[in-house]
Amino acid sequence: MRTSTFSIVAFAIGLAVIVFTRVFFTNEYFYFAAYVVLQYVVLSTAWNILGGYTGYINFGISAFFALGAYSTVVLHKLPELLHDTWNLTIPSIPMPVMILVGGIISGVIGLATGYLTLRLRGVFFAIATLAMAIVAQTLIVNWDYVGGSRGIYIIRPAMAPLGGGYIQYLYSLMVILAVMSVCIARWIERSQLGLGFAAIRDDEQAAEAGGVPTLRLKLIATTLSGALMGMAGAPLPYYVTYLDPTSSFSLAYAVNAVAMPVIGGMTSWIGPVIGSILLATIQQLATVTISSALNLLIVGLLLIAFVIIAPKGILGVVEAQQRRRATRLANLAARPAQ
Amino acid sequence: MISFDLLINAIVAGVLLGGFYAAVSVGITISFGMLDIANIAQPAFILLGSYAAYIFNSAFHIDPILVGVVMTPIFFMIGIAVYRLYYYCFEMRNEQAIQGLAFFFGLLFVAEVSLILVFGVDYRFVEAPYIGPSLHFGMFDLPLRMLIPCVISLAMIGALQLYLSRSFIGRAILAVSQDGGALQLIAANPTRIKEIAFGISIATCALAGTFLIIIQPVEPSIGRDYIGRIFAICVLGGMTSFPGMVGAAMLIGVAESITATFYGPSWAPAVAFGFLLAVLAVRPAGLAGR
Repeated sequence: MRTSTFSIVAFAIGLAVIVFTRVFFTNEYFYFAAYVVLQYVVLSTAWNILGGYTGYINFGISAFFALGAYSTVVLHKLPELLHDTWNLTIPSIPMPVMILVGGIISGVIGLATGYLTLRLRGVFFAIATLAMAIVAQTLIVNWDYVGGSRGIYIIRPAMAPLGGGYIQYLYSLMVILAVMSVCIARWIERSQLGLGFAAIRDDEQAAEAGGVPTLRLKLIATTLSGALMGMAGAPLPYYVTYLDPTSSFSLAYAVNAVAMPVIGGMTSWIGPVIGSILLATIQQLATVTISSALNLLIVGLLLIAFVIIAPKGILGVVEAQQRRRATRLANLAARPAQ
Repeated sequence: MISFDLLINAIVAGVLLGGFYAAVSVGITISFGMLDIANIAQPAFILLGSYAAYIFNSAFHIDPILVGVVMTPIFFMIGIAVYRLYYYCFEMRNEQAIQGLAFFFGLLFVAEVSLILVFGVDYRFVEAPYIGPSLHFGMFDLPLRMLIPCVISLAMIGALQLYLSRSFIGRAILAVSQDGGALQLIAANPTRIKEIAFGISIATCALAGTFLIIIQPVEPSIGRDYIGRIFAICVLGGMTSFPGMVGAAMLIGVAESITATFYGPSWAPAVAFGFLLAVLAVRPAGLAGR
């Protein structure tokens, strides 16, 4: 399918899902749970653009995600600040704009981190991103305007655009964001950009020698990936209504965003989608029925089990099975008829 | 104005802290620097050492450092087991890059969540006669709970350095870091040597963890703060050199101590990362590297 056709179909399905769920589901909990699942679709797809396509591991997911969230906090307080200091009155900023700004900020941070570390071996990039999460958290903890270590309360607007409650609005935005990131991932895969990424993943030196502008491509990947993570985080303050550094920088986001593509399969856009829907749904169910600490343990163990037993994820297992069946069929066909 | 007294004391405290950081980083210098295994789960093993000291100290009132010494062989065996798993699952399949990193990341997270499930998120600490009193020399203060870990850790690193440069296995470890294939020519099995080296790198966590819980109360997520630090120290020290590593540890210790004294302790975690990024950007071979 061509990318444009795919995108149109995907957005049509997304809109249909929004309309269908909002007409037929009245239970608020559904929206809270679905929001988290969709957020992980965005996060793991974003991670996979860098990790799966170019082979560079980013462990600083929580940094990009939380920076998106905190940029929303700043924008949320902006009208008040302008009013107090310059007596300027501006209306409160709409959510889509906040998502855009969160994306830009995290994208720039991604570009900067990439620029500093991507000329080295991949391991250094992984370690630098892990350490960066700690530093971003330190900065937020020391920044009183956004709540510091105490955290900050964000009051949701009473009225949501498009009717319905505010959580339904956030959910709808997340559906669109998820569709958008999946379309971007699929477009990359089928474009020249994706070919370049794959060349980097398979053998970076050979790619460099073959004329692939590796550093520029890697920077595009980190920027895109970081921007999508920031966009996923931007609505978070309105979702949780209380944002603090410990929970917004939680390692759980990072582990999930790494585990979901690894479990689903990293070579195709569908892998992270399968992984995130599966894992996030299991976690939503486990959180209600068992306990939230235990379900994190399950994710960690699943991650380890998959990298050991099925390093290519669910997609890899399915593909191997298809290949086996194809060879069996071919053998059958080759055998002379009796 | 910056008070001279305060500055001197901050530097002294930083040097002592650096001695402790050297003990924490020596393992990663072996595994990451020499064996090229990016074991980001190293802090989890250090925390395991801390909690081992906590269990025996709170239940039987055994001296924490003694616990650390006794636990060292056990940690060595754990290290060997982890390396075997890593070898069969990743090195043999030539997949160490992505999958190996994800494996250690999963290990780090599983260890942290397990510790939370078992011990909760409360801060734990140990009791020993040397926690509390300080030595005074003129205007210096030398708290014993910093001095003793620093001295023992430097002794441990000295002993390891001797072992690496004098014994056959030690030299083989240094050799495997340069050329594994060549090692087979002198009839040494590179995998076996790497196994021992990784065992040693985990074994150092028993004592390093003990020092950690002597210096500060410990809770399960504290290990993450050390990831940036230990890799920064390892890279800054030139990856494979112990003297370089000790120097880098002291440098970061002093920088953090001065930051904590003059700007507040909440800024200290950012120092190591600043160093790491600066080093990666400007001089990836480290200060002592070629």
